[in-house]
Amino acid sequence: MTAPVAATGDAIGVDRVFREAYGQAVATLIRIFGDITLAEDAVQEAFVVASDRWPRSGIPPNPAGWIVTTARNRAIDDLRRSARGRQLHEELGAVVDPSREARIERREVEGPVKDDQLRLIFTCCHPALRTEHNVALTLRLLGGLSVDEVARSFLVSEPAMAKRLVRAKYKIKAAGIPYRVPEDADLPERLRSVLSVLYLIYNTGLEGPERASLRTEAIRLARALVELMPDEPEAAGLLALMLLSESRATARTSDGSLVLLRDQDRTRWNRTMIQEGHAIVRACIRRGRPGPFQLQAAIQAVHCSADSLEATDWAQIVALYDHLFSVMPTPVVALNRAIAAAEIEGPGAALTAIDAIAAELDNYHPMHAARGTMLRRLGRGDAARAAYERAASLAVTEADQQFLAHLLDALDEGGTES
Amino acid sequence: MGQYLLSTYAVEGQGAGAPPTPEDMKTFMDRVVALEDEMEATGTFVFGGALYGPDAATVLRASDSGPVMTDGPFVEAKEHIAGFYIINADDLDAALVWARKVVDAISHPIEVRPFRATGRLRA
Repeated sequence: MTAPVAATGDAIGVDRVFREAYGQAVATLIRIFGDITLAEDAVQEAFVVASDRWPRSGIPPNPAGWIVTTARNRAIDDLRRSARGRQLHEELGAVVDPSREARIERREVEGPVKDDQLRLIFTCCHPALRTEHNVALTLRLLGGLSVDEVARSFLVSEPAMAKRLVRAKYKIKAAGIPYRVPEDADLPERLRSVLSVLYLIYNTGLEGPERASLRTEAIRLARALVELMPDEPEAAGLLALMLLSESRATARTSDGSLVLLRDQDRTRWNRTMIQEGHAIVRACIRRGRPGPFQLQAAIQAVHCSADSLEATDWAQIVALYDHLFSVMPTPVVALNRAIAAAEIEGPGAALTAIDAIAAELDNYHPMHAARGTMLRRLGRGDAARAAYERAASLAVTEADQQFLAHLLDALDEGGTES
Repeated sequence: MGQYLLSTYAVEGQGAGAPPTPEDMKTFMDRVVALEDEMEATGTFVFGGALYGPDAATVLRASDSGPVMTDGPFVEAKEHIAGFYIINADDLDAALVWARKVVDAISHPIEVRPFRATGRLRA
């Protein structure tokens, strides 16, 4: 064991280290023991030891390595003691295989192998599991969130979330979902699954202030993924998309109400995140292998480059939406293109484009809100009101509800100007 | 090495993936034979085939006076199992590769389910 570097080990520091070390430690333990629950229990035990020791003696220089060693030793002790353990022990053999032990020792010196986390991301985000299970597993195993934290983020009870996790782990074990990076032939599909799970976690984090930590977690996981798969431009694109969106997080709400991009106080945007997002987008463009996340990031990059709404390069944004639609022809992309195109072609053209996809997006409140705005700008107050009311009836979050209430109030005041 | 059940279901009143014309039937059978040959050659194939319709099924239930027989399948449903393979595969990803080939061959949805041997097969 190496000597501790920090002698203070305040509670916040320990918490942060726990969160970061958890995913790494669980991933490595799953590789060693081939069993998720065993790995989780062992890591949990190691954290109990750490929470007693670290505040007094300081955080060790390689916390994840320390957790892995401690958890591994505990797990082996437990296995040797219990009957179930003896059986597993024989099955695994590997636990006491001297060459394997030597490898484990070496890893402890080097710190946990990053590939373990990559394997675990692909297991958690396997498309044979339902999306809500992908999300729960990712947050629990890689994010190190407690079952209760995951449950609260998704507005379900702790027992319900615990049950969900048990079912997901049962399927992984019984169905033999492998713990490895997919083969090249499967990689594009499987990576898409990973990226969409991370993006879903990020977007869930936008649904209310109490969920903000999900955004931080999603960005942390995306950053880890980019580090693990530096040759995948879509992973970089996702990270850039999240950073550029996150740069506007504080400007996006005011008094609990949503503030549209056009009305945001741009001085409140986070310049550091914008710079990092821009740098990633530029690197993606140089690679010349565009995909949906890179294109969405590029659109955000154009927005973030403009000091004012008027300075926005709308032609560029519309061109990027056209490109995005060619690789991802969804009605939501068509809607966003129409909203951007309104800045050049005016609300009439936008309304025609929105009406063409209105039936497909009838349950999507942003469509009704955008439609309402185009109608208002065209001076059609009554139709605008109906559209805003429909949007309000579909909106879920507090911020969206408030925003739509403001729009309706403004209509009442006779505001039909554009 | 694990084993997986790849099963396909037929909807009552519709064919079990078998096409209507003799020519189509021939290409269909050729595809199935080629697939089974490939399974055989790679040591994947354990057992499998198509099932006769649910009207041919008989259910036996234990009772105090010995097993009681009833005509028909277990569950009265619109969908019933129409055929299956038991295959050897290292893990789910490997099983899914074969499931994809079966879907391509028969153009019918496939359920992939881990298979656990019991009794003497377990030894």
